[in-house]
Amino acid sequence: MSDDAKTLLEVNGIEVIYNHVILVLKGVSLLVPEGGIVALLGANGAGKTTTLKAVSNLLRAERGEVTKGLIEFRGERVDRMTPSDLVKRGVIQVMEGRHCFGHLTIEENLLTGAYTRSVSRAEIRADLERVYGFFPRLKLRRGSQAGYTSGGEQQMTAIGRALMARPSMILLDEPSMGLAPQIVEEIFEIVKNLNAKEKVSFLLAEQNTMVALRFADFGYILENGRVVMEGTARALSENEDVKEFYLGISTAGRKSFRDSKHYRRRKRWLS
Amino acid sequence: MDFFQQKWMTWILIGILGIGAFAPLYAGDARFPQWLEVVLGGLMSGVLYSLVALGLVLIFKASGVFNFAQGAMVLFAALSLVRLMEFMPLAVALVVTMAIMVAVAWVIERLVLRPLVNQEGIVLFMATLGIAYFLDGLGQTIWGSDIYTLDVGMPKVPKILLENVFEGGILVGMEDVIAAILAATLVGLLALFFQKTSTGRALRAVADDHQAAQSIGIPLNRIWVIVWSVSGLVALVAGIIWGSKLGVQFSLQLVALKALPVVILGGFTSIPGAIVGGLIIGLGEKLSEVYLGPYLGGGIENWFAYVLALVFLLFRPEGLFGERHIDRV
Repeated sequence: MSDDAKTLLEVNGIEVIYNHVILVLKGVSLLVPEGGIVALLGANGAGKTTTLKAVSNLLRAERGEVTKGLIEFRGERVDRMTPSDLVKRGVIQVMEGRHCFGHLTIEENLLTGAYTRSVSRAEIRADLERVYGFFPRLKLRRGSQAGYTSGGEQQMTAIGRALMARPSMILLDEPSMGLAPQIVEEIFEIVKNLNAKEKVSFLLAEQNTMVALRFADFGYILENGRVVMEGTARALSENEDVKEFYLGISTAGRKSFRDSKHYRRRKRWLS
Repeated sequence: MDFFQQKWMTWILIGILGIGAFAPLYAGDARFPQWLEVVLGGLMSGVLYSLVALGLVLIFKASGVFNFAQGAMVLFAALSLVRLMEFMPLAVALVVTMAIMVAVAWVIERLVLRPLVNQEGIVLFMATLGIAYFLDGLGQTIWGSDIYTLDVGMPKVPKILLENVFEGGILVGMEDVIAAILAATLVGLLALFFQKTSTGRALRAVADDHQAAQSIGIPLNRIWVIVWSVSGLVALVAGIIWGSKLGVQFSLQLVALKALPVVILGGFTSIPGAIVGGLIIGLGEKLSEVYLGPYLGGGIENWFAYVLALVFLLFRPEGLFGERHIDRV
């Protein structure tokens, strides 16, 4: 990430509370530069999804609320907008677990993505072809109901559907979930491709740290609702702690988890 | 139960119903013209059930809510129309009533659905129960609770058709024929709307997955207003037809109860299902009343639909045309 890249999304010290009592994010700050791929890493329950939903404003539907901090997109405060307004401004979320419309065909799924845009039919057709260009596999299955397609195809449909809104930024939640490593690779290649060709920026929540760091340029590590570490993807993947705690490789070779030293070190790292 | 829920069960059920429909002809005590008359009468009353069921299906498709208030909406629309007609010509009253139904949809979205977003289906169902009672009371408070005759110029006199084919011909209510044509047109328009327009597609998307629809920028609030408006308009059409047949009165909303077995039969998510379900129930009711009634002591018309629905719940819970649950394992 070069310093002169313009900031696209800025999240500044947000705190999220669910149901008025459960404090999930305790001050998360992050930056996504124009044209960047930023990875949000961390274990289950660290707050990755909540962060993404706070940005896309899907939180309110789950009784969550941003109580502190602010979120700016291109310098404009967006934390009080509806998801629909946000999509119109170019921020769209691809939710964890794909969430395709199971009873609609693949093509209909893609077309729903263009709902917020008021453009001509021809233009939407052209966009459809563009999406098929990125996901040739979808074109073959355009007529089948999404519910009957494979997990990989559903993930592609979900990303393609988001692309139909012509976003400048996609919040991609756990694209590798439940997919074979080969498919994960394929999906990430497409993400990289989209980033390069369409200039779409990505904020990517991922448990698969290894893959995510390979494709992202910058990363944040979340633990218990806080950012505990940040850095360029390269710096993170070379960091000894990250290697040990997230990538499962350590310089000391195989280690026993019974080893109490491991826990003490991790505890120190977290505090 | 898996065994019973195979695809061929549908055909067996349809087969049994078909045999039942034609059996009277061979049982000896029926003459063909009389049978035809019963069949036509059944189909016509079936169309009317379909109209109410259609409103239910629309709302269920788009929001996953079983709208208990559909009957109340039928009554409310018919009451509004009949009272407004006292002050203005039919065409104007019709437009005003439509506007009222859209306003009702808007208010329901604002006051009931919006605060309950992402709640369990049962919670929303209970809410529609509340809406039903509220609309009931409101309608009767504003418009009065007498029985009104609704005359929108439908021909009341039945016609005798096919006189030269059968002796005495068969008697067909012209009112029913017009109702059938109206219903068919309505269904055609709705099918086009759902399949071909981007709003229709968005409605189906919301039906499948609220959250995903929201995430791609489909505004749920607007979709709900649209779908409740459309089903309000369907309720109006049903109200006009039923109202001019039975008079506009409190019992009009009970026709919604008959719509429940119709949607169970046809499937909660299928517009064609609502139509076919209505036809089957209307037909079954009339045939069994006329031909089985003498043996079982009559009154079959009142319970036939519910028993049929029970059978379907056992063997084919998603109905004839309902969307099957797509489960990925």
